[in-house]
Amino acid sequence: MREEDIAQLREIALRVREHVIRMSAAGGCFIGSALSCVDVIVYLYARFLDVDKERLSDPNRDYFLLSKGHAVPALYGTLVELGLLERDRLENHLKSCDSIYWHPNQSIPGVEFHSGSLGHGLSVATGVAMDCRLRGQDNKIVVITGDGELNEGSNWEAFLVASSYRLDNLIVVVDRNGFQANARTEELTPLEPLGWKFRAFGWQVVRVDGHRFRDLEDVFPNIPFIPGKPSVVIAETVRGRGLPSIENRADRWFCDHSHAEAAQLLKELHHR
Amino acid sequence: MSYEEALTEIALADERYVVMTAENRAAIRNLPSALGERFIDTGITEQAMIGAAAGLALRGRIPVVHALAAFLTMRSFEFIRTDVGMPCLPVKLVSGVPGFLSSANGPTHQALEDVSLMRGIPNVHIFCPADEQDLVIGLRSVLGSPNPFYIRHNPLPAAIEHDLSFKIARAEVISDGTDVSILVYGMLFGQACQARHTLEAEGFSVRLINLRTVKPIDERAILRAARETSLVVTLEDHFLTGGLFSIVSELLVRHRVTANVLPIALPDRWFKPASLDDVLEHEGFTGRQIAERISAQLHKSTPLVRGVPIGGYHAKHRVFQR
Repeated sequence: MREEDIAQLREIALRVREHVIRMSAAGGCFIGSALSCVDVIVYLYARFLDVDKERLSDPNRDYFLLSKGHAVPALYGTLVELGLLERDRLENHLKSCDSIYWHPNQSIPGVEFHSGSLGHGLSVATGVAMDCRLRGQDNKIVVITGDGELNEGSNWEAFLVASSYRLDNLIVVVDRNGFQANARTEELTPLEPLGWKFRAFGWQVVRVDGHRFRDLEDVFPNIPFIPGKPSVVIAETVRGRGLPSIENRADRWFCDHSHAEAAQLLKELHHR
Repeated sequence: MSYEEALTEIALADERYVVMTAENRAAIRNLPSALGERFIDTGITEQAMIGAAAGLALRGRIPVVHALAAFLTMRSFEFIRTDVGMPCLPVKLVSGVPGFLSSANGPTHQALEDVSLMRGIPNVHIFCPADEQDLVIGLRSVLGSPNPFYIRHNPLPAAIEHDLSFKIARAEVISDGTDVSILVYGMLFGQACQARHTLEAEGFSVRLINLRTVKPIDERAILRAARETSLVVTLEDHFLTGGLFSIVSELLVRHRVTANVLPIALPDRWFKPASLDDVLEHEGFTGRQIAERISAQLHKSTPLVRGVPIGGYHAKHRVFQR
């Protein structure tokens, strides 16, 4: 990847973070959880997924499902910056005149499936991947799950099913920001050794810095890592990434900021 | 024709169908060889199966999923609600051994609240055939509906030759009568037929209605039964709460119709596990026992004036005081 490509992705990610901060004002959003996966979502839409505004219902498009639905400001910001969603609709955040609320829904262009209840995205994606395989198509299906979300048992049913059906068109990205709602994952219900858990379930796993575009570019084009196996990318990320004042804080999952606080955070973002 | 043969015929003729199971193949043993890759067994994973069915439906498939009623509706309830009901995807949920059909399995396997749970989900419709013939008659319409459908699988032999015309929300009226209406769905239909003959031999005029789809339900047939007959019996292998008795009660209140209603259902407890015939006898659901309950009620009922009993409405729940 060229330096100017990286600079462009950084610029897009910066603007997406601005959207996230603006959505954290007047009603709030899950800012910490959204900021940790901004870079991954921007990378996927800008460099990896074969989907664009004209092909949102093309059966040959790639699919993206945000299973950790509360991180939706990162997705909406990305859809706006890449031209899939009208920019001014974000002004309608939490207003009943539109459907831009705390979890994604299918009335928003680019949202493949609604989410909010944890532990559903991977099962649904497994069905999408099964159908693509049945039809002999080579679409990629990418699901982002939270790390805390992996507490849900339904994920592990789906990990079993996907590997038994050898769905190597299916990709799970774990947004490994180390936190669940109120606590660090390793202090509440430890997940490590996480990579080995996936391997034991028949998936191939790679860990990557989820904020470095060059590293993401080193990993994703090599999927499937092993033909016949579904792939997991454990993206090591930081909750609240981009705003040092809230990074890695258990109490910065959901925030309802005043407009003045949001303005201060926008300054902090740019002066970093 | 069996359910399996009917499903095979429908699925072979239309590429959209995929048949799924969470490792419960009792009713679909020959489907894997008939359908090849369009047969998907996810293993004992009811939640992931329903999620995957939603994913397949997003891609234009019509998944017909199979699992035991208790686990299909309760283990994966939130997946049905969230992934199938909310987006109104045409996933068809075929439940094995619902109600009394779980016979000797024990209370873990007793789905006696499945109708109540499924009807509480917007968009989800419900088909409870009287027997396998009735199931096969309705199958094409129900699978072809754009809505998700919950189907109580019923392999019992037919008690009568059913009406071949089938329409969602239209009941099959077996007999017309004026003394008592028996409203029934599912596997108790055969017992209801026996009860009807016993009551007719006693001189009562019996209206027997096989409801077929419980949601949407044939409201017109129920309201007519309430207005035109002296007693309405709701008969179901389901808890008293949330099933047919509730549906009928809600309907009558909504339309300001007063009626004598005798609910025959399971009170607030599970049934004693045994072979099916023993279950029916022990719980008082054989045709003979049903007829006795209805007959006793008919002899007690105060005369009705235009649907309103003289002296007001008295709910009669005596039948549950064992």
